[in-house]
Amino acid sequence: MKDFEFQTATTVDEAVSLLAARGERAKVLTGGTDLLVQLREGMREADMIVDVKKIDELMQLAYAADKGLTLGAAVPCYRIYGNSEIAAAYPALADSARIIGGWQIQSRASVGGNLCNSSPAADTIPSLIALDAVCHLAGPQGRRTVPVAEFCTAPGKNVLGRGEILATLVFPAPADNSGSAYLRFIPRNEMDIAVAGAGSWVRLNAAGDTIEAARVALAAVAPKPLAATSVSEFLAGRPAVEQTYEEAAELAKNAATPISDKRGTADYRRHLAGVLTRRTLAIAVARARGQQL
Amino acid sequence: MSSTTEGTKYKVIGTRPVRHDGADKVTGRAVYGADLRLSGMVRGRILRSPHAHARIKSIDTSAAEQLPGVLAVATRNDLPNLKDKIANLGEGAVNLAHLSANVLAHDKALYKGHAVAAVAAINNHVAEEALALIKVDYEPLPAVMDLTEAMRDGAPLLHDDVHTNSMGKKSEKPSNISTHIHFETGDVDDAFAKADVIVEREFRTASVHQGYIEPHVATALWNADGHLTVWCATQGSFTARQQTSELLQIPVSRVTVVPCEIGGGFGGKIAVYLEPVAAILSRKCGRPVQLVMNRDEVFEGTGPTPGSATRVKLGATNDGKLVAGEAWLAYDAGAFPGGMIGPGCMCVFSCYEFPNARVDGYDVLVNKPKTQAYRAPGATQAAFACETVIDELAERLGVDPIEFRLNNAAKEGTRRVDGPVYPRVGLVETLEAARNSEHWKTPLEGPHRGRGIASGYWFNIGLKSSAAANVNPDGTVSLIEGSTDIGGTRASIAMQLAETLGIRAEDVKPRVADTDGVGYTDVTGGSRVTFATGMAAHEVGLDIQRQMTERAAALWECDVESVEVEGNTYKANGNSITFAELAGKLGQTGGPVVGRAAVDPQGSSHGFGTHLVDVEVDPDTAKVTILRYTAIQDVGTAIHPAYVEGQMQGGAVQGIGWALNEEYFFDDQGHMQNASYLDYRMPTSLDVPMIDTIIVEVPNPAHPFGVRGVGETPIIAPPAAIANAIHGATGVRMHELPMSPPRLWAQMNKNGS
Amino acid sequence: MAKKTHVTTTINGQQVEFLCEARQSLLEVLRDVLHLTGSKEGCNNGNCGACTVLLDGLPVDSCLVLGVEVEAAEITTIEGVAQDSCLHPIQQCFLEDAALQCGVCTPGFIMTAKALLDRDPNPSEEEIRFQLAGNLCRCTGYDKIVRAVQDAGQIMGNQRGATSAAAQANGSRASKAKARAGSK
Repeated sequence: MKDFEFQTATTVDEAVSLLAARGERAKVLTGGTDLLVQLREGMREADMIVDVKKIDELMQLAYAADKGLTLGAAVPCYRIYGNSEIAAAYPALADSARIIGGWQIQSRASVGGNLCNSSPAADTIPSLIALDAVCHLAGPQGRRTVPVAEFCTAPGKNVLGRGEILATLVFPAPADNSGSAYLRFIPRNEMDIAVAGAGSWVRLNAAGDTIEAARVALAAVAPKPLAATSVSEFLAGRPAVEQTYEEAAELAKNAATPISDKRGTADYRRHLAGVLTRRTLAIAVARARGQQL
Repeated sequence: MSSTTEGTKYKVIGTRPVRHDGADKVTGRAVYGADLRLSGMVRGRILRSPHAHARIKSIDTSAAEQLPGVLAVATRNDLPNLKDKIANLGEGAVNLAHLSANVLAHDKALYKGHAVAAVAAINNHVAEEALALIKVDYEPLPAVMDLTEAMRDGAPLLHDDVHTNSMGKKSEKPSNISTHIHFETGDVDDAFAKADVIVEREFRTASVHQGYIEPHVATALWNADGHLTVWCATQGSFTARQQTSELLQIPVSRVTVVPCEIGGGFGGKIAVYLEPVAAILSRKCGRPVQLVMNRDEVFEGTGPTPGSATRVKLGATNDGKLVAGEAWLAYDAGAFPGGMIGPGCMCVFSCYEFPNARVDGYDVLVNKPKTQAYRAPGATQAAFACETVIDELAERLGVDPIEFRLNNAAKEGTRRVDGPVYPRVGLVETLEAARNSEHWKTPLEGPHRGRGIASGYWFNIGLKSSAAANVNPDGTVSLIEGSTDIGGTRASIAMQLAETLGIRAEDVKPRVADTDGVGYTDVTGGSRVTFATGMAAHEVGLDIQRQMTERAAALWECDVESVEVEGNTYKANGNSITFAELAGKLGQTGGPVVGRAAVDPQGSSHGFGTHLVDVEVDPDTAKVTILRYTAIQDVGTAIHPAYVEGQMQGGAVQGIGWALNEEYFFDDQGHMQNASYLDYRMPTSLDVPMIDTIIVEVPNPAHPFGVRGVGETPIIAPPAAIANAIHGATGVRMHELPMSPPRLWAQMNKNGS
Repeated sequence: MAKKTHVTTTINGQQVEFLCEARQSLLEVLRDVLHLTGSKEGCNNGNCGACTVLLDGLPVDSCLVLGVEVEAAEITTIEGVAQDSCLHPIQQCFLEDAALQCGVCTPGFIMTAKALLDRDPNPSEEEIRFQLAGNLCRCTGYDKIVRAVQDAGQIMGNQRGATSAAAQANGSRASKAKARAGSK
């Protein structure tokens, strides 16, 4: 791998100015579990690496039941599932954080990094979309916010401009009677990239028998993580029963536009989008009803 | 869990001592090939072909040579011309021109990842930068990846000097079919005509890799006196020495190969790749050069084992007797002739008595890396086909699959289709052990679940081993042997010496020596080390015992004939002395005692195994979960039962990987798409249950302690056993490996289940 | 020549200084600069775990950490697991249970197992298999590795129990030792 300059930023402004000066030739380092592999394999090149793990804002993990969650972009996965309050409030996020790579990866890899890597198969992004997370970006022109659902634009591409970084992800406070889940399908039981993935969030009525609102997002079945709005819209007002999940699964299959590659065929992936939608909805509803799953 | 020799006639054999190299390996101190650090050592990297098939018109290395930090560059021009030279490398004859062209491509690149040039530099990063400066002018050629395509007339030809050798006759035209093998016994057509039930099925299996965790590594020092020393991760230091000397055309006496600790091989670390290249680079720059492959280079540039296309047809009578078998097997050889088709043909029907059988086999060239041995090379593909058809035949006949196998099992006197007649073997005992196992006797309950069984056979070879040992004054013995230790063989060899001398395993200090430190020893492969090097250790023990008897006689001034040995005690005329006491008196009785032995046992020790597996198939995703697994094997005598179990468990899990997910995935350009551990999916700890073992001991009459060899047989049965279990769970018969979720899902839906 | 950075860090309890290029991974630094070759390179992209070390107590793939990132960190490598010529219970159990064959993945497994058992000496088989899934072994089929971790956990749990009993008996000095052991 070509050598590069290594800089440690301690403030957001410092990171932004370092990155803005180099543009495409500078890359942000959080956990490095994607970036270092890509640099080594020549998939990306850099003259400068800016480590942002010393910036307090990017390492914060702040949760309050009434305010929601602010997740610093460089917080490693283990801190998320290791925090029982956060794992209980945002179960889909914990589901995702727990299955990215093995333990060694989770000690380093961040949700923010997973989002900025912008792989269509990313395991955290469907959960972020389902949980309605918002990206707080900082750049030379100042700060702005972008919903996660609008962040990725193509495989490996996103809305970040020159010198712009993801600072935090902000999640709304968990609604009463809500629940969420993420599942992916992999041929092994660990250490795989999703053949397909689905994240679901539901809010039930007080009686717990009707879905008032839902968001479903899919991984690895489109050029970018897919907010399955047709599925989400269908679910609103439907009874929280298996029949509903099955109908939602059919809509998810229709929303999917997968390709065939080394990880699976298009037909199989479309089928999986349905299976995983059905299964995550069932888990999300059970969790919304207070079951521990 | 196991029934073994533990607690029977032996003192050391059958016990479980801590391995002699253990402390080094759990503390990180053991020196593997890549851990070697020599004074002045530099690093090298290899440039590899981006094309699956291309003529190499020119290679311009001038810019690379001028990069600061670069010390040497090597290409095909640095290798001697070896056209039409044949060498015997202990594993059969090899065309040296092919071996040389695999090490550094000559006029053509024959697979993506084929080594084309090499650079030595002050570090890996500089060497890598230099690779980017080498200009290779390629003329891309059409590639052929599928072996049935490659067999067709008009397919792109890999070599214009390879003709089909069909039972000694050479084809007129060059061909991608390098070999055709034919075995026949009895009257096959007549027997099929008389059979009551016939099942015939076609099978495909993908290329799979041995998957050892340690990448290939070699360090070479071409000294100023012209002597070449190579430190490497090899299964056989003597074959590495011979290949290196032949490829460089220097005498073997000018090459010393020092085997480092080796991080797995499974057959894939017998052929040399890096050793001659490191040697050339060292000759050019006068410094030790270390070459280590990256993981993608291991996948793309070293031996997978053959993908296959097979057809098996079996006929039986209504009383459950097999009467006829016919097999057609085509294995891909990769880019150079000499694949695993021979053993495939010999193993396909090796578990059963076939009065009438016919086998045709084809070794087929394709634009993939040259295939290499992988644990029972060629047998797993064949067993997948045969054992699946056996299962279906038993089902059609309405016979229990174990009873059907017992009814037809190979035993003493059975003639294998390629000729040999078995001596006392233990297949029947493994089947009986399976039938009596808790696993088989426990009903499998629950939906989407199935149980499968399959058997497997591997020859296990003998070959040459040497050993020597010195008696130390404190009664311990230092053992020098030449078998690189990949899985605890220092212990299993030392234990046989200890048993012979009546001393403790801990009192033998085994050391694996380099090619100047021990007599010729063949590869650690063929399940031969505990058998053949163990036999050498036993003979070393007898040699020492003979000399110690003489010393006792000298001490007591009596006839040698009057000295008797009982365990570790030497006795004569009321005198008695232990081995250790006598060892302390060697100085007074004639000086040091050194024992030595060289053995070359011929033939096979015949390893049979039977595996049982329970699976559950997710009806939605077609993902297969292994619920329970039992590996049963006749090992002759288990010297160190813990490592015997370990071989059975490890082989079973490699077989599970082969069955379910492992495969080379090529795009239409012949580029491997999954050359990493992320997408080449070997089982993780979370993918398998505990692997139960049942050790069956039918002692091998051709070994002093009854050893048969253990390592290879366990990989053979798993794919067929799992396929048979999947059939039980889903009603679907899978005829293609791997039985990955997308593939099984497609079949489940095709069959409407 | 690439520019080098000066790094000060703690490895196996000793303060260490080294110079490295930004592109050098912690694994390269350990093996090539510091000659600690116990951590192995199996894939160099975080998929095999053979290079696992503990970074501030957590298992990481040292091939996916840059040398320049470990300024002021605390690192434990396989070379730092045995104390005063005494094998750690995990090492002892790997030997007694024959949990290694070729041994090249073993240092990585021991490091992950140490992180696991330091946290919880009594994990379930499922928990062990889940946490070790980032470490590939091609020889053993994992059976004996899982058993060795279970056995080592039992010894470590007993030792911890003994330490805690001694602490209650001996008062504050032993309590401090226990607190140190617990914080590892």
